[in-house]
Amino acid sequence: MSAPATAPAPRSPEPTVRRDHASAAWRLRDRIGLGFAWLLGLLFCAITSAIVIYLLVQGIKYVRPELFVTHPAAGFSERETGGFLDPLVGTFLVGLMAMGIALPLGLAIGVWLSEFGRPFPLARMAESTIEMIAGTPSIVLALFGTLIFQSPALGFLSRSVGGLVFGRSFFAAATVLSFVALPLVVASVREGLQAIPGHVREASYAVGKTKATTTRRILLPAARPSVITGALLGFGRVIGDTAIIVILLGATLRFDGVGSTPVLSTLRGTGGTLTTYIFQNAPTGEGNQPAKAYAAAFVLLMLVLVLNVGADVVGRKGKALRWS
Amino acid sequence: MDATPPSRLFALRGSDQRAELMLGALVFGVLAVVAAMLVFVFQEAWPSFSHNGLHWFGSGGSVDRQIEAIFTSGDLKRRPVYTFHAWPLLWSTLLITGLAVLIAFVSSLFVAVFIVEFAPDWMRAVLEPVVRLLASVPSVIYGLLGVLVVVPFIGNHLISEHSKASVAYIVSLSGYSLLAAVVILTVMIAPIMIAVFVNGLRAVPRSWLEGSLALGINEWRTFWKIGVRTARPVLVAGTVLGVARALGEAIMLAMVSGSVGFAPNPGDGLIFFVEPSRPLAATILQNAEELASPPMRHTLFAIAAVLLFSAAMLSFTGWVVKQPMKRYGVRA
Amino acid sequence: MELTPPPVRRLPLDPAPGRGDADGHRPGAPLDGARRRRAPSSGFATDRMQVEDVSIAYGRKLAVDRVSLPIRQGEVLALIGPSGCGKTTLLRSLNRLTELTSTASFKGSITLDGADITRLEPTALRRRVTMVFQQPNPFPMSVFDNIAYVLREQAARRPKRAALNRRVREVLAHAGLLDEVEHDLRHPALRLSGGQQQRLCIARALAADPEVLLLDEPCSALDPQSTQVIEDLIVKLREQVAVVIVTHNLQQAYRIADYVAFMYLGELVEYGSATQVFGAPREQRTREYVSGAFG
Ligand SMILES: Nc1ncnc2c1ncn2[C@@H]1O[C@H](COP(=O)(O)OP(=O)(O)O)[C@@H](O)[C@H]1O
Ligand SMILES: [Mg+2]
Repeated sequence: MSAPATAPAPRSPEPTVRRDHASAAWRLRDRIGLGFAWLLGLLFCAITSAIVIYLLVQGIKYVRPELFVTHPAAGFSERETGGFLDPLVGTFLVGLMAMGIALPLGLAIGVWLSEFGRPFPLARMAESTIEMIAGTPSIVLALFGTLIFQSPALGFLSRSVGGLVFGRSFFAAATVLSFVALPLVVASVREGLQAIPGHVREASYAVGKTKATTTRRILLPAARPSVITGALLGFGRVIGDTAIIVILLGATLRFDGVGSTPVLSTLRGTGGTLTTYIFQNAPTGEGNQPAKAYAAAFVLLMLVLVLNVGADVVGRKGKALRWS
Repeated sequence: MDATPPSRLFALRGSDQRAELMLGALVFGVLAVVAAMLVFVFQEAWPSFSHNGLHWFGSGGSVDRQIEAIFTSGDLKRRPVYTFHAWPLLWSTLLITGLAVLIAFVSSLFVAVFIVEFAPDWMRAVLEPVVRLLASVPSVIYGLLGVLVVVPFIGNHLISEHSKASVAYIVSLSGYSLLAAVVILTVMIAPIMIAVFVNGLRAVPRSWLEGSLALGINEWRTFWKIGVRTARPVLVAGTVLGVARALGEAIMLAMVSGSVGFAPNPGDGLIFFVEPSRPLAATILQNAEELASPPMRHTLFAIAAVLLFSAAMLSFTGWVVKQPMKRYGVRA
Repeated sequence: MELTPPPVRRLPLDPAPGRGDADGHRPGAPLDGARRRRAPSSGFATDRMQVEDVSIAYGRKLAVDRVSLPIRQGEVLALIGPSGCGKTTLLRSLNRLTELTSTASFKGSITLDGADITRLEPTALRRRVTMVFQQPNPFPMSVFDNIAYVLREQAARRPKRAALNRRVREVLAHAGLLDEVEHDLRHPALRLSGGQQQRLCIARALAADPEVLLLDEPCSALDPQSTQVIEDLIVKLREQVAVVIVTHNLQQAYRIADYVAFMYLGELVEYGSATQVFGAPREQRTREYVSGAFG
């Protein structure tokens, strides 16, 4: 660097503030970019609040307590069509069943991937497979589900008439929906386990604990916030799905049980959830009762909100528990 | 200290071996299920592909009438009909997904940069949870908003009687349109992408940004050149997620796209945007009642196979694109 | 050359009779352990920055307490003191990086060539006053791009390839790094050794062609060899830029500094020529601190 350290400069009484620097520091395109970011940010705020407020207003306008306790019915007016008791129960039922499968399965896969992970090719393959499941449209999963659950071998899980298996039941829908939640659960479990530093494991091995015991007694309890977060998010994803419900649960208004065993009959039978209820009551659906659709959408939105807040709270608690 | 590495030492223990085997078996089971899905879907799809060959992807005739014929042939136990030219559905999928992802990507990037770097603290505190909430709102709710708000708006304000008449001999314009689909889809996938982008941008080490600021490079350039650049792999991942969502979205698009097997024609001028169509996923959903008819089932599985293949290609492309970015230590 | 940013104003180094004493460097007394690396400074020094009564607090915690000192071109100023005494904070305030910490509040005044720095556009200020951090923080790019980034961003027009090449090599050579990286300028900067990374960061800071260079413990994580290279560089630089270096290595301060400021719990305890502060500290606390290292 050849700095003209001795270059003669005219001495000016007051210090020179070089304006050219200021203008060179923020060029026009930088200002435009920044302005654009602000514009889009504020636009996003506007759209967001418009959506949220609109849904809240519509929801509050149409939600009535009796909707929660009345069975839905077919009809042409608001008075005839009843409430959404069955879809509401169906939402929880299918969500819990799907998570009943996805959570243990996701835990197992997450633990295996982060604690065992051998042979290596299998681990890589498992990772890309999980990623692939996450990218598979739920409608494709649903179609695949029909192949599985319409096979005569699984006829006992749904209605079958004269050897023809319907393949539509809570069992079928929940099983396939568990695949929708699986990637979320696996990701959360792995994240939680990976956040635990290696010395914690080593300390446990050092006192002679096995890997299995260490995982069960130390790692999983430590990763619990992540696991719960994953479960909540997975539950939210499951209850938000419509395509699988339409194809594998039948999207009927009411529960339509199969057989006489009280709970089992419902699970083997068809039904609907809030999402299919909204779908059917939208102007494009068969029911076409927008007021009911808004009310159900409001309830569903509140459910998702509660799940999200829950996941946030649990996640924050997990973060507060620092290692180091 | 024991010289044997822990993993070696404990792999010998019986209980660990059992645990590893059991977990491994479960993992293997999931792999098997997915493999079975691939095999079954393509197997079920084969008759449709083999009958049509490459014309499957081409255009010709009304796709809706073809579907009708396929269904009735199976239903009435006649000789199965397979003729199917999916171009209008493919075109609709490409258009809707492409436009929505393009708009969503650009705006999500700017919004994410805004949230992470430039928004006031209080705004950030509000926006972040809201983004995550919007990202998990079920698509059927977006569909409902589309049907009850966006579609009527387009139908009443953006389509003149004149334009309706001009294409009346092909399609009827009612507001269920490409535009409605793109708008709602953008609003639906943008939060998903923003949520991913925000996480990625937030993970850029402060020291890199400070290093740039300390050399007199302004906040915008710094964040753009260092922050966004560093987060590129996350941008790819978020975009892949968004495209996957858009490709597979059936419910919402079935509600607002107009559900007509029509290929909107850019040659029509601006009317193009208000023409109806129907993407692939929505086509499956709307004909799912007719799975019992074998040719119909094969046709629907063929559509599913196309979607599945696209999804797989998509995540593979994402992986390929991310590879060169890793060389300089950019975070994944 | 279209590469260089708007011409940097280099003050002519006038003889400043009153201050030429910086170099009454008497070998002897308690300092024998360390040999001063530098040749005596030319004795020409010019005030560039003036820190006046500066206090900085993080929330309610005072990190810097009413500090005043001059920063001169032609001399190296070392800030010393135990860790946590506010050295980094003071240094960061010199190019307004403290403003990036939302809890930080600032009182007092700092001038650059007589102009209050709070009146300057921060980015423009930081072009003239660049900083190198304690932890080497090369960008996740190639060695070449690390330097070229700065050059590109600061040039008015997009620099030509050849000019860029030349300038990058020049700057790398200046920081004593060129020989080690010349064979592969495309090498990822994050895969260099710690010492090389830090020299790259210094090179980057020099590429910006600053008037004041701030160095925050640049050698704290480095091996002796890299440290030596960097120390030589700093001494070489002092005629062209005003250099402020934070260090908690007193030997290093003694080796390279002309002036030393000793800080303790946020206060500036003593400021004076290196010889004076190390040889005959006026304050009890300075004496204790300095003798702790040399005694
Ligand atoms: N970002 C910050 N937020 C709050 N307190 C800080 C922050 N940075 C530094 N401090 C506090 O300010 C004091 C001075 O810190 P620093 O300037 O880093 O000291 P030094 O560089 O001399 O070790 C310390 O007590 C430190 O805890
Ligand atoms: Mg420090």
